[in-house]
Amino acid sequence: METTENKVREPLFHIAKRAYIPWYKAWCIRLIAILAAFIICGILSFIVIGASPLDFYSALLKGSLGSQRKIWKFLKDAAVLLCISLAVTPAFRMKFWNIGAEGQTLMGALATAACMFYLGGKLPDALLLVVMFVSAIVVGSIWGTIPAIFKAIWNTNETLFTLMMNYVATCIVSYFLIIWTPNGSSSLGVLPDGHLPIIGNEYLLIILITVFIAIAMYIYLYYSKHGYEISVVGESYKTACYIGIDVKKVIIRTMILSGALCGLAGFLIVSGLDHSVTTETVGGRGFTAIMVSWLAKFNPAVMALTSLFIVFLSQGSAQVSQNFDVSPAFPDMITGIILFFIIGCEFFIQYKINFRSRKNGGKK
Amino acid sequence: MLKKVLSIILCATLLVSFALVATSCSNSKSDFKLGVILLHDEDSTYDLNFINAVKDAQKQLGLKDSQVIFKRGIPEGNECYEAAADLVDEGCKVIFADSFGHEPYMIKAAKKFPEVQFCHATGTKAHTEGLKNYHNAFASIYEGRFLAGVAAGLKLNEMIADGKITAENAKMGYVGAFTYAEVISGLTAFYLGAKYVCPSVTMDVQFTGSWYKEDAEKNTALSLINSGCVLISQHADSMGAPSACEEKGVPNVSYNGSTEADCPNTFIVSSKIDWAPYVKYICESVINGTEIKADWCGDLKSGSVKLTDLGKKAPAADTQKKIDEVKALLESGKLHVFDTSTFTVDGKKLDSYLADVDTDENYEKDTEVIKDGYFHESEYRSAPYFDIRIDGINFLNEKY
Repeated sequence: METTENKVREPLFHIAKRAYIPWYKAWCIRLIAILAAFIICGILSFIVIGASPLDFYSALLKGSLGSQRKIWKFLKDAAVLLCISLAVTPAFRMKFWNIGAEGQTLMGALATAACMFYLGGKLPDALLLVVMFVSAIVVGSIWGTIPAIFKAIWNTNETLFTLMMNYVATCIVSYFLIIWTPNGSSSLGVLPDGHLPIIGNEYLLIILITVFIAIAMYIYLYYSKHGYEISVVGESYKTACYIGIDVKKVIIRTMILSGALCGLAGFLIVSGLDHSVTTETVGGRGFTAIMVSWLAKFNPAVMALTSLFIVFLSQGSAQVSQNFDVSPAFPDMITGIILFFIIGCEFFIQYKINFRSRKNGGKK
Repeated sequence: MLKKVLSIILCATLLVSFALVATSCSNSKSDFKLGVILLHDEDSTYDLNFINAVKDAQKQLGLKDSQVIFKRGIPEGNECYEAAADLVDEGCKVIFADSFGHEPYMIKAAKKFPEVQFCHATGTKAHTEGLKNYHNAFASIYEGRFLAGVAAGLKLNEMIADGKITAENAKMGYVGAFTYAEVISGLTAFYLGAKYVCPSVTMDVQFTGSWYKEDAEKNTALSLINSGCVLISQHADSMGAPSACEEKGVPNVSYNGSTEADCPNTFIVSSKIDWAPYVKYICESVINGTEIKADWCGDLKSGSVKLTDLGKKAPAADTQKKIDEVKALLESGKLHVFDTSTFTVDGKKLDSYLADVDTDENYEKDTEVIKDGYFHESEYRSAPYFDIRIDGINFLNEKY
């Protein structure tokens, strides 16, 4: 037996799980991956659209940082995305796969717009804003809680349920738009009342609110009893039961929080930016938020970086599309490649590749 | 570390952009720039029509590629304002947006940047908003629809003559997006065009509740065909209805541009708005420093309303001849599309109608639009306001 084993040719390399990796090494791997991705994108853009790599990279940078206005927009877009990402995070930490942030945010947006539509001009603006804020949060959390209740009581599949709730939300928005626009255009236009006040820059308030939520969420998840319960439920359902955590309660409570934060994001979008609602108001950010949260491994502090990065990519690629007059499909491809590298490099952080050593018997 | 790198990069890009601004300070045509805000991209027939028009106008004016900036995929929200503001930063002197829902955000931008001209297709507010730098535009597309209707009517006549259908069975189907005046005006003009040559024609209309939803448009067209419609037309932006027709071998009158390449056996003709004359007009106005009309309406004569070439297989014989004949009548003003002697409402001729021309929150009807025996469409405002349900057209649902 031993002889045959010795005769087996050792493969060129084999993969082993790393027990431990120092943080600087992990970041080194990530940095290399990002660099490699950018180089490949540069080459690809040269081949496909004939852009010199320098033009390509400068367009990518210019998209988010090209002017003061762009920097504010960059920060604001990242803030809105971060707000939705923070909303999905507690559920994810509990391994409750809530992919309904899109619908929860949209319902919050709709509730905000409904208050503006029905109560605008009838209430003083300050009071109206409070009513909008509260109804957005309540409606968002109701939208998040419905699947949670079904999960807690009947153990339904939350992924499918929350996904379906997105489509229901879209249809409800279409329905109200038809009611609110008797001329049949289904285009509501800007509602005059209930605009979020502007302090300094027009986007500053939105950014500040999100930063506040991010800090609060960090404390909630890492330093509160609730946060601990969420982690335990996520790690092991049975352990949670054993140590006396009321799992059903935790699931429902966490989804109320998730939905409420999504509702808040909807409030910020409608009251602070669009002053109107369409079925495209959230525009896929509810799904992008899932990626932001995952990339950051559900850590709110890192999520601030990942949301900045995702927005940086999307605005940079929009700029590439504009500068080189190509359809946005090409820049989307670029974004995809970069994300592929970033997600892919996690493999090299989790696992170590051992090449066949020249000496006999490579270490395990 | 990341911050440091970012700030260095940031400083560098700012320096470069300042340098660029400093070097590009001369006047007139050479530093003229046009910005275009598009809801989607080339994949939508609606936006493609605008992109082609802008490129056409660019060629006619001899502008360089760097003088025309496209922003694709801009939703109907604050993003439209942000896109417009960014185009101002890029040095655009005139900014054009293509979708109805962009309007309030274009107005917001127009208020913020009074030195830049903002032009918006299909909007309704410029004539009441009172801003010097905000303008609407549309075209008398109902005339194009009428001509396309004539081609449809001739096809029905051919089917009747061939014994494929009886005159009573000459029923057309129409796939609409919403019960919005633009759609109602277009489908009524189409119907009246068909009726002009085929008096027994009727039409079923079904709405999808979306400007672009391929499967819904296709299924709607199929259900109309199944309910006995022998010819289909549509007002929605996907290939859903034309491809359903090609599948079933039912003749189709298209919109926004020719669909012959994908539907060679069933394509009759398509009406479309050619935006090139308008884009040329606004660019020239800005270059020459003349004023742009607050509310501009293109027509057959100015080349803004067009019919594509006829299909090779589907149209009836002599269709082109008849279209040219009717087109000349429309252009000379001898024939009016919405002549009140050609249609009835609840069995009665219409002598008076108040339309909602001035946009207000309560959708009040404010302007008398029937004079001299016809409905004056697109005269008091470029965007259509004909929203009357006439006899002969059967609306299957009004829920959208």
